[in-house]
Amino acid sequence: MDFFERFAVPHPSFLIYASMVGIGLTMIAIVIGITYFKKWGYLWSEWLTTVDHKRIGIMYLLSALLMLFRGGVDAIMMRSQLALPDNTLLDSQHYNEIFTTHGVVMILFMAMPFIMFFFNFIVPLQIGARDVAFPRLNAISFWLFFMGMGLFNLSFIIGGSPDAGWTSYFPLAGNEFSSSVGTNYYMIAIQIAGIGTLLTGINFMTTILKMRAPGMTLMKMPMFTWSAFIANVIIVFAFPVLTVALAMGTMDRLFGTNFFTTVNGGMDMLWANLFWVWGHPEVYILILPAFGLYSEIISTFAKRNLYGYKSMVASMVLISLLSFFVWAHHFFTMGQGALTNSIFSITTMAIAVPTGVKIFNWLFTLWKGKIEFTTPMLYSMLFIPLFTLGGVTGVMLAMSAADYQYHNTMFLVAHFHNVIIPGVVYAMLAGLTYYWPKLFGFMLNEKLGKWTAWVLSIGFVLAFIPMYITGLDGQARRMYTYSESTGFGLLNMVSFVGAAIMAVGFVLLVYNIYYSTRYASRDISNDPWDARSLEWATHTPVPEYNFAITPQVNTTQPFWDSKKNGHQLFKGKIEKIHMPNNSGLPFIMGCFFFVFGFAMVFSMWPLVIIGLIGILACLAYRSFEKDHGRYISVEEIEETETKLRGAKQ
Amino acid sequence: MKVDNSLPLEYSTEENSLKILGFWIFLGAEIMLFATLFASYFTLVNRTGNGPTGAEIFEITPVLIETILLLTSSFTIGLGIHAMRIGNKKATMAFFFITLLLGAGFLGFEIFEFVHYVHVGATLQTSAFTAILLTTLGTHGLHVTFGFFWGLFILLQIKKRGLTRETANKSFIFSLYWHFLDVVWIFIFSFIYLKGMM
Ligand code: HEM
Ligand SMILES: [Cu+2]
Repeated sequence: MDFFERFAVPHPSFLIYASMVGIGLTMIAIVIGITYFKKWGYLWSEWLTTVDHKRIGIMYLLSALLMLFRGGVDAIMMRSQLALPDNTLLDSQHYNEIFTTHGVVMILFMAMPFIMFFFNFIVPLQIGARDVAFPRLNAISFWLFFMGMGLFNLSFIIGGSPDAGWTSYFPLAGNEFSSSVGTNYYMIAIQIAGIGTLLTGINFMTTILKMRAPGMTLMKMPMFTWSAFIANVIIVFAFPVLTVALAMGTMDRLFGTNFFTTVNGGMDMLWANLFWVWGHPEVYILILPAFGLYSEIISTFAKRNLYGYKSMVASMVLISLLSFFVWAHHFFTMGQGALTNSIFSITTMAIAVPTGVKIFNWLFTLWKGKIEFTTPMLYSMLFIPLFTLGGVTGVMLAMSAADYQYHNTMFLVAHFHNVIIPGVVYAMLAGLTYYWPKLFGFMLNEKLGKWTAWVLSIGFVLAFIPMYITGLDGQARRMYTYSESTGFGLLNMVSFVGAAIMAVGFVLLVYNIYYSTRYASRDISNDPWDARSLEWATHTPVPEYNFAITPQVNTTQPFWDSKKNGHQLFKGKIEKIHMPNNSGLPFIMGCFFFVFGFAMVFSMWPLVIIGLIGILACLAYRSFEKDHGRYISVEEIEETETKLRGAKQ
Repeated sequence: MKVDNSLPLEYSTEENSLKILGFWIFLGAEIMLFATLFASYFTLVNRTGNGPTGAEIFEITPVLIETILLLTSSFTIGLGIHAMRIGNKKATMAFFFITLLLGAGFLGFEIFEFVHYVHVGATLQTSAFTAILLTTLGTHGLHVTFGFFWGLFILLQIKKRGLTRETANKSFIFSLYWHFLDVVWIFIFSFIYLKGMM
């Protein structure tokens, strides 16, 4: 039985066993369900093998929502544990595991796929393209992400969760202090997902550089596409650093190297540096697309052209550059000299300037606009003040001398949630509501949507503002409990109530999806928000070729001009369209990556080799494969077009 | 598929030029990868623990041979692409073949070099310095190994299918990759070996 012992959870609890049973039953139910409804063929040919950017986008969205749930459960457990002093709901080991997986899941497996969903679904439509530059590679990106996510989420039921924090600092994350396989999962699952993300970066940079509709010069690109472009440039330059860091961490844990140990010359701070050289740009990879979405939404619902287009672009470029030169602000207290700290303080504070420029541009767009308070707009209006608060506390943290007081306290936790939730999460929810009709052909209920936004915001303020206070009073982060005499009890209880209210907000979101799916009118136009950019110029549902005729672009808002200023978007006649073929290879390769990763986690070398051979065989097959895609005939396109036009208007 | 015959074969379709641009961007990511390895190398180079230093284990002869082999192969792949441009299938294949042979020779010597390191007690586990040394060299070596098989597959495809738009495109992209590995080697040679031996 020795072989199987390694899969046991080292620090089990009733909850973990219950989750095991729950996950097992859900899996069985899914398999039975698909078999019963005879959907295997459909699943394979329409989803698992798809290379269509819209479908890949939807798969990213589903993964992100699933992970939002998983990370949210972690969050509620943490807040429940801290709600009372000396609470014993969770023990210290479980608390460690939970804050670790919460951070990783929320950043890498919730926020990342959420922005990937927007990249995939929106960017090709916004630039008037048929697909991304490399559709097959795009599917590989998705499946690598998906397998990495699957692997990471397996950790808590097979072999044990990682427990060294989402930052996984060494030597804590080394074998000596983290002896379970948990941190192996961290290193390898993130590696696999990260390679997928890197490939996405290459793909979207090429797409945006080369596949824009005629007339769309760089300075006429919609703002979301700009933000996507810059985020992908950051991905291409930041992710390789993570790749190397994780590879070195993996070698320390599995092969006994001494990169980050404290003996034989190892240097633990090297990990912290490499991690944040990737980590800080990563934060901007998340927030820039969010800024892009707000720009689209604010200009649509203020019924005005975006104010300061050029300064919006310039500030994003500047942010992306600066984001590579601030990483040491994450460890001001860890021993570098005053000079280094001062330099990094200044670069960090400098980021506030371009960010401020963007805030003012949004405000000026609103100024004299005919503002329409839809749900996406409500999120944007909540975003501006709340995010600004988070930015201001960020500048406080940027002062290295003062940071000795804030570092590793709840003040920090309050800060990054203050930027991530109103910044990234609201943008995701606003964007989801905004694009929902394009995705599914009906709108989400506005009344429920606004309720959700308000409930989430009230919950957010209650949950996180008190942490600023307890943090300043010295409550440390990542501590599983505190004693009554600290006096933190009341404010932590408030935080718990806030977290619970946020949970209600997310339930409302789910209910809204359910409610609108059942009752919302299917009789909506292709452009229900009276929007400005090209993604609204095609039909709903979007045909697989996106645009029957490639649109002509004259300004930053060609669709608006076609509605109001007589610009002719579609010139010429329909021609046959070249499309890529579906392929099972990305999925199969993803499966081999999973096998490889799982075997690595448990050091099962024969299986590692099998996984590797599988991956290489897929690559070799791809090299020899002849695949010239296929054509959609003019008749077929015309048929689709009349059908789609008939359904609406 | 739109074909533009005024451009060289490898650029002649939209798909082809997309692939070339995409590959350049990929090389950008590769630069970051090796830059990270170099930065880590410089950080750890003096952290030798109980293990040997670079000056104690580096041997100039195999390193020089490796350098000559790899630099020559970069030249021959260039000739191969030139032959492809003028449509000479035989010469293209011949130069590809020589390139791969040189690549294999490089790998042979690198393996020999690694065996030597292990013999003198500089293993992956010895110290932070040996770990980053072997990791940096190994990453480059793995790239060359990968490139060897990739190039071999392309060679086989040229043989079977001739110089088509696809094979020309693949060969050209492969040549970019191969040149890039050469550039990385020049950095390794100057900043790891030469600097280490001084
Ligand atoms: C209902 C919403 C949320 C609540 C109540 C919540 C609560 C918490 C708590 C209590 C911690 C750990 C504090 C400690 O170290 O003891 C934490 C950490 C963290 N959270 Fe959240 N969170 C929420 C949403 C999110 C979201 C949406 C994201 C990201 C998109 C996120 C990202 C993180 C990260 C990165 C950490 C740091 C983990 C670490 O350093 O170990 N959280 N959160
Ligand atoms: Cu940062």
